[in-house]
Amino acid sequence: MAVTIQSLRFRITKRFGAKTVLRDFALEVRGRQFVTFLGPSGCGKSTALNILAGLIPATDGDVWIDGERIDHLPPEKRGFGMVFQNYALFPHMTVFGNIAFGLQLQRRPAAEIRERVRGMLELVQLPAFEDRYPGQLSGGQQQRIAIARALVLQPRLMLLDEPLSNLDAKLRIEMRAEIKRLHTNLGLTSIYVTHDQTEALSLSDWVVVMRDGVLMQAGTPQEIHDQPRNLFVADFMGFRNFFPVQVASVHPDGSVEAAGNGMRIRGRTRHALVPGAAAVAAIRPDDVVVGQQAAGSNSFRGKVEIVEYLGRGNEVILALETGARLWVHTPERVTPGESVTAVFPPEKVILLPPEGAGGAA
Amino acid sequence: MRRTRAGEPSELDLMATACLVPSLLYVLVMFVYPFLYGIYMSLRPAKVAGFSLANYLTFFGDEWQYRTVWITFNIAVPNTVVVVSVALLLAYGMRRGIWLERTVTTILVLPISLGVILLAEGIIGFYGARGWFNQLLLGLGLLNEPLVLTHNYIGVMLSLFMQQFPFCFLMLLGYISGIDPSIENSARTLGAGPWTVFYKVMLPLMAPGIAIAFALVFVMSFGVFPSAILLGQPAGATRTIAIAAYQQAFESYDMSYASAIAVIMGVFQMAGLVIIVLLRRRMVMAATMGVGKR
Ligand SMILES: Nc1ncnc2c1ncn2[C@@H]1O[C@H](COP(=O)(O)OP(=O)(O)OP(=O)(O)O)[C@@H](O)[C@H]1O
Ligand SMILES: [Mg+2]
Repeated sequence: MAVTIQSLRFRITKRFGAKTVLRDFALEVRGRQFVTFLGPSGCGKSTALNILAGLIPATDGDVWIDGERIDHLPPEKRGFGMVFQNYALFPHMTVFGNIAFGLQLQRRPAAEIRERVRGMLELVQLPAFEDRYPGQLSGGQQQRIAIARALVLQPRLMLLDEPLSNLDAKLRIEMRAEIKRLHTNLGLTSIYVTHDQTEALSLSDWVVVMRDGVLMQAGTPQEIHDQPRNLFVADFMGFRNFFPVQVASVHPDGSVEAAGNGMRIRGRTRHALVPGAAAVAAIRPDDVVVGQQAAGSNSFRGKVEIVEYLGRGNEVILALETGARLWVHTPERVTPGESVTAVFPPEKVILLPPEGAGGAA
Repeated sequence: MRRTRAGEPSELDLMATACLVPSLLYVLVMFVYPFLYGIYMSLRPAKVAGFSLANYLTFFGDEWQYRTVWITFNIAVPNTVVVVSVALLLAYGMRRGIWLERTVTTILVLPISLGVILLAEGIIGFYGARGWFNQLLLGLGLLNEPLVLTHNYIGVMLSLFMQQFPFCFLMLLGYISGIDPSIENSARTLGAGPWTVFYKVMLPLMAPGIAIAFALVFVMSFGVFPSAILLGQPAGATRTIAIAAYQQAFESYDMSYASAIAVIMGVFQMAGLVIIVLLRRRMVMAATMGVGKR
């Protein structure tokens, strides 16, 4: 349905006064891809999206679509659809008026407009809402109207700025599926901004992790999740336990042995680490196995400090005998004060260069 | 009104009503009573016993008096249109902030703090026959004789503009910059150029603010008094209705006739406000037409 682009390519630098908000932020997006910009608050995601939409000018850089340079075009000439975090529906127009707005500016015949608006309302599953005003809709309904309003123009690129952040948890999951369905069924090319890693992983073909306006890592959700390239991405993707170590030996298959602070840890790496180099071993709380057996290889004794019941399991903080703290998610029932063994499955431990060395790559 | 399920007024309603009492009292004492008393006075002319419409008939039978209505409208309407339009244009242009915004705003707003008298003196000094403005134009050879800009219609308009523009501008700037910028951004991404955004999206959203600006500036200019005396021709071209009422009250000491003139003035002001409200409806409708449902 939508006009499909081959590729979107950009390189953007943006400064507000002396503050650099985007530093050589560059990417190529292929047609029909679903790309997310993921990063903490203030890292420049919205700024990047607004620059792509033409709503704010870049300080330096260029934007290309299928070999045509478009960064000098005003927003109304770009043919992109944009969905804003707060929906930004026109409060003085009905739902019909909102969705028809762009079509009417294109001077389409009334019959076609009516048909396309109705079709859109069916698609977002709000067929009976034509005559309502935005103020008479729930957040989730407004959200869908905002999406419909952008989609009805068959945009060659959809830009979505945290469109689900104002919804409750249940609706968020529903709308997430809805957005993915529309993207796939309509053959759209989408860029989606979020600071929620679950949202990014579940929606995207390609995730771009940002920090302070710098691209930290771009890759498939699996790559970002399993092989974060630096400490920042690892931290952002849920690695909670970090141990500073020194590399002892590296094997051709990527497995590494390292030691530090009285711990000998086996793991794997994607980095060119050499024996003797400083590194950080990281593991997610979910990947630590808690048991009662004696300490063996890659396992450590510790005392349970705090247990928090989470429903599906417990969040436990262990004080290891080496002095380090370890965050663990476990279905095991443990009690504070109890001594347990924490096992690190070697395939779940990643070794990263320390902060500062090969940070943004 | 919000009601509880039994249809009884809720506690909240009672509270809200109770909170209204002071302001109702204020309106009664400060507005309703003087207004009604004025109407009563105006119907009891000094020379006639009992109630009579004599004052009203005299007013509308005397050209020297009834032309003040025309004179006042002739000042108030153009002034309101000019003040609100200029303030709207500037405020719209500054809605997303501009360079040196504070300085510019301070300069624009400074006249508020001066007071009418000082302002009038300033205007006479600057725009008068021997003022800098004329001296400059004469010196540059652009004029052969000075422009007459004070003690006439133009003088009154200048003075009213300078008094009313700052407050109108500030009010509109506050109103417009309170409109969520993502609304106009979304209109842009949907294909609307800057002019379409102004006309179809921003104008209807600004309409309530513009209407309030129109109403306030109109009412203030309709009551024009000091400016009309200090910078106009209070015995002729700028003899406004407020001057007519003042003369009856404090020169002829005919309070009853003065009250009648004040009531007439109030009625015309009300009429102006009603027209503004109707125009506001039209403004919203015109802009939403064609984007509503068909
Ligand atoms: N108009 C502006 N003037 C100055 N600084 C700005 C301006 N707009 C944004 N910034 C700064 O740019 C940085 C990036 O802002 P941006 O809105 O892109 O963040 P974000 O990643 O979208 O964050 P969030 O997740 O909170 O929406 C922030 O540090 C912000 O303070
Ligand atoms: Mg943002």
